[in-house]
Amino acid sequence: MSEIYVITSGKGGVGKTTTTANLGVGLAMRGKKVVLVDTDTGLRNLDLLLGLENRIMYDLIDVTEKRVPYKKALVRHKKYDNLFLLPTSQVKDKMAVNPDQLIQLCDELRKEFDYILIDCPAGIEQGFKTAIAAADIALVVTMPEISAVRDADKIIGELGRADKENIKLIVNRIRPQMVENGDMLDMNDINDILSIDCIGQVPDDIKVVTSTNKGEPCITMEDSQAGQAYRNIVGRMCGENIPFMTFAKEGFWSRLKHVFGK
Amino acid sequence: MLDALMKIFGKKEQSGKIARDRLKVVLIHDRANISPEVMENLKNDIIKVISNYMEINQQEMDISLADDDDSVALVANIPVSRMKHDKGSH
Repeated sequence: MSEIYVITSGKGGVGKTTTTANLGVGLAMRGKKVVLVDTDTGLRNLDLLLGLENRIMYDLIDVTEKRVPYKKALVRHKKYDNLFLLPTSQVKDKMAVNPDQLIQLCDELRKEFDYILIDCPAGIEQGFKTAIAAADIALVVTMPEISAVRDADKIIGELGRADKENIKLIVNRIRPQMVENGDMLDMNDINDILSIDCIGQVPDDIKVVTSTNKGEPCITMEDSQAGQAYRNIVGRMCGENIPFMTFAKEGFWSRLKHVFGK
Repeated sequence: MLDALMKIFGKKEQSGKIARDRLKVVLIHDRANISPEVMENLKNDIIKVISNYMEINQQEMDISLADDDDSVALVANIPVSRMKHDKGSH
């Protein structure tokens, strides 16, 4: 039984594409057959995060406009041969695909894949409406920052209006030090404000930057905190009951220093 | 102990709490921005319920959401033209 996820956020730059790439690789590492569909037409990046930018022959628009069958447009990952990318066009715009076309494509993909992850564009316009059309489950990515949380709330409302009731929250780029000092919203605050179940909290981690530079998602890095957080999310997607990470807490003396340092 | 120290040194309000409070208020307002269609449905449902008890002047009635600084209220002004006979048991 395959599951279709859409990874969405409303606000740009909160980590939708990074999340899609990491979860895709994580599921593939567990032996699942996975396809990642980039619907951010005109601003495609998922290919870069996966290190597949030089292998693209056809794109999503070629498929939806029936120039090629979808199998021809799929790009197989270099390391995980059960992971595929369906890239989108870098030259067309978001109006190039409509919800019905994506639903039809996903119906076909369901026959082949265990997991279909759709990377949604930012915003709440047509591109968003197309991206969510086929999804069974929506992962809303947000950050502990007021504008990102407000936009997530808006997105949750829009998902509800589209009868998408299965929604899970990912709180990305948490800075434990700031949370500890009371200067950043934490997962529980956001959970409480949005009334949506969290499926993961991901700490801000410089390894996300270095791994993105190399086109290798950080979920493969054993020593990456963000990678561990993504591995936990993948486990939860597979039905495992994994407790939420606790981030390393500041010791008493450094807190004292902090107080006197003010 | 830490709390006591913080009090002595006059620690200012934590910005995380400020963010939480501001968000709670802004989301009340955002979510109260309901479509005219939903408002019309709400109005019709209210008419239905009230009509069980009294006759109301539907042309004059007014239902709206009033925004205050930190809250939103549903304000209804419904002129009653006639009370219905109480059919309840005595």
